[in-house]
Amino acid sequence: MIGRTCLFVVLAAVSLQAQVTFDRILGAEREPQNWLSYSGTLFNQRFSPLTQITAANAKNLQLQWVWQARSLEKFEATALVVDGVLYTVQAPNDVIALDAVTGRVFWTYSHQPAPDARTCCGRVNRGLAILGDTLYMGTIDAHLLAIDAKSGTLIWDTTVASASQRYSITHSPLVVKDKVIVGTAGGDMGIRGIVAAFNAKTGKEVWRFHTIPAPGEPGNESWSGESWKTGGAGVWNAGAYDPETNLTFWGTGNPAPDWDGRNRLGDNLYSDSVVALDADTGTLKWHYQFTPHDELDYDSTQVPVLADISFRGRPRKVMLWANRNGLMYVLDRTTGEFLLGKPYVKVNWMDGFDHKGRPKRVPGKVPTPEGTLIQPHVHGATNWAPPAFSPKTGLFYVAHWENTGTIVTEGLSPRPVGVNTRQTTMGQVNLQQFFNNDDEAYGVVRAYDPNTLEPKWEYRMSDITWGGVLTTAGDVVFSGGKEGYFFALDARTGELLWKAPVGGQVNAGPMSYSVGGRQYVTIAAGSALFAYALPQGQ
Amino acid sequence: MRLASATFIFVAGLLSGSGSLSAQHATAFDIEDGGRAFRNTCANCHGPDGDQIVGIDLGRGQFRRSLSDQELVGIIRNGIPNTPMPATNMSDVQATKIVAYLRSVAASRKSVAAAGDAARGKAIFDGKGACATCHRVNGSGSRVGPDLSRVGQLRRTTELELSLLEPAAEVLPGNRFYQVTTKDGVSITGRLLNHDTFTVQILDMKEQLRSFVKADLKDNGFVPTPMPSYKGRLDSQETADVVSYLVSLKGRANP
Repeated sequence: MIGRTCLFVVLAAVSLQAQVTFDRILGAEREPQNWLSYSGTLFNQRFSPLTQITAANAKNLQLQWVWQARSLEKFEATALVVDGVLYTVQAPNDVIALDAVTGRVFWTYSHQPAPDARTCCGRVNRGLAILGDTLYMGTIDAHLLAIDAKSGTLIWDTTVASASQRYSITHSPLVVKDKVIVGTAGGDMGIRGIVAAFNAKTGKEVWRFHTIPAPGEPGNESWSGESWKTGGAGVWNAGAYDPETNLTFWGTGNPAPDWDGRNRLGDNLYSDSVVALDADTGTLKWHYQFTPHDELDYDSTQVPVLADISFRGRPRKVMLWANRNGLMYVLDRTTGEFLLGKPYVKVNWMDGFDHKGRPKRVPGKVPTPEGTLIQPHVHGATNWAPPAFSPKTGLFYVAHWENTGTIVTEGLSPRPVGVNTRQTTMGQVNLQQFFNNDDEAYGVVRAYDPNTLEPKWEYRMSDITWGGVLTTAGDVVFSGGKEGYFFALDARTGELLWKAPVGGQVNAGPMSYSVGGRQYVTIAAGSALFAYALPQGQ
Repeated sequence: MRLASATFIFVAGLLSGSGSLSAQHATAFDIEDGGRAFRNTCANCHGPDGDQIVGIDLGRGQFRRSLSDQELVGIIRNGIPNTPMPATNMSDVQATKIVAYLRSVAASRKSVAAAGDAARGKAIFDGKGACATCHRVNGSGSRVGPDLSRVGQLRRTTELELSLLEPAAEVLPGNRFYQVTTKDGVSITGRLLNHDTFTVQILDMKEQLRSFVKADLKDNGFVPTPMPSYKGRLDSQETADVVSYLVSLKGRANP
């Protein structure tokens, strides 16, 4: 009898954690207590509808718990939260389930990547996807794993591509209906980029799209000789989904080799592009190439942010994109039409667009034997860190770098100038001393008006930033930087409301959830995940 | 026409003679990278100066036989069979940078320091130059300036000479000076150890570790290096002597 009562209590507790259907993911804004995909919704706005933390009370935020990862890799993952359980990734590929209130671990699933797994820029992972009771993780040895969200056991393990051929997966998968979609990194090591969809129940491949067309396919003529075979165009950041058109959107990486275009003449489609793929078939519906024939490593692997806004006086379904190449864009996400583009930092490699939105290259701003000063920096104006859009303020929030440049030498690795010339800007887990002059580079969080792409306000940091941005319905913007602070800004003015020293650099995007009516905001910094909330009763 | 032919021969010579244009076109950054890789990998056997294996002095371009850049790159990457020289997993570009570093060291050794006398240089360092007012060598002297105990391992003669004559020409990020002024008007100067958006940490001129909250300050910012130029204060022989002394500083066996 006692046993039966216990069983009943357990079942009652479990039943509170309902299955995560695709309808729930699609309508994630209706359950603001949860965070069901990488940037909160499939529009990737990284906007939390929670309102407990506001611009007025954010100054009272307090640390609730810290979870220390047993990993010295960069902590780039954004957590998911489903009904009080937080799921994250300990780099490279261990899945952790935590109590979102206390930070205590429920279970850990460890994946040991194959010894031949190679990544260009750290053995990292940016997060998970969930559907039903199953979590999905791409691995640095280019597998896609399905893991039971309750028990932390493996359900299936599918090889997406060959690790020995330098394929890897570092981003959070995208769930659309009954499929899990991932892309492959490795563009710096001569892969041929892939986006592929798998049956969520079985792991069986449903479709595969190559980001570089094969001979006979449109676009292959944009690669000279055999260069298409190893032309890169990796996919290593989260995709977006628009249910109205059933399109998924993916940013693609640089063509390979990165800084030497002599043997890959042509535009090198679809590198440095956004591709719109039918979610059911993988068919390419449209593309827009941000940087044709890139020789400056301007990956376009930023997170596509979808928004429905009033643009030039009429409702428009757009895609907002702050690109690594120093230009910010507004595209029509239904057709791919270029609506607006503008430099948002110092840019010297292009000067204006033609009527179709193709950048006009400035002659001579290419790698030379003597070296050419190129702006922005080799790591770009921004990189992969996720931006945010608030439907409340109508502003697009981007963390990026100002005043950077790179000397690009023909056939050799480029050298940053003006910032961190003696340190890697890809960053280390531990805080590094950083010394800059006022005339050298610095980090900012800026709020842009999508109608003009002009900044409304700026919050400036001493150091550059690899942190993402979260905004909330409480009119707060959260972000962090390389120098080891997590902070809250007023979403309308940029005023600093609150800051917390986190003792390690922020390499991830913040997210927010609530449990029992209490709103939390988390950030990964250094090797740890931090959760903040207002004091009880506020 | 003759000029054109001469140019052609010269260029062809570069291409065929060295076998590697890239090592010759190395930038200062490439050389610095090469030096770092050399110290991390090659110096374990060859020593920090590249002269610990009999008959080989990498820093003076002395090998068992004359080697082109490309041959050196091949040896760094593939090793020499049946000898202790192992293969490495370095790329062509990485190996080329090491070669560029070795060539640059060899070139610099032919310059000023050769003419100096280290013992005389030490006397100037401790006496007329008053260098220990700011610098420390093997536990003696001030901590405010860079510790020079291993400077002979870290810097090349041309760089040391430049630092004596034009100290502001190149200041490493970790050696920059910073000044804060408190709201009550007190100015404190020191070597910048760290800073961020909100705070700054320095080692002040009294060798005290100081940390300040920027919001509490009236002013803060970089100031020029306090290192004086010795141009005119030391003659060329004295300069060569001091450089020679600095080159001899390789650190203590048991610091």
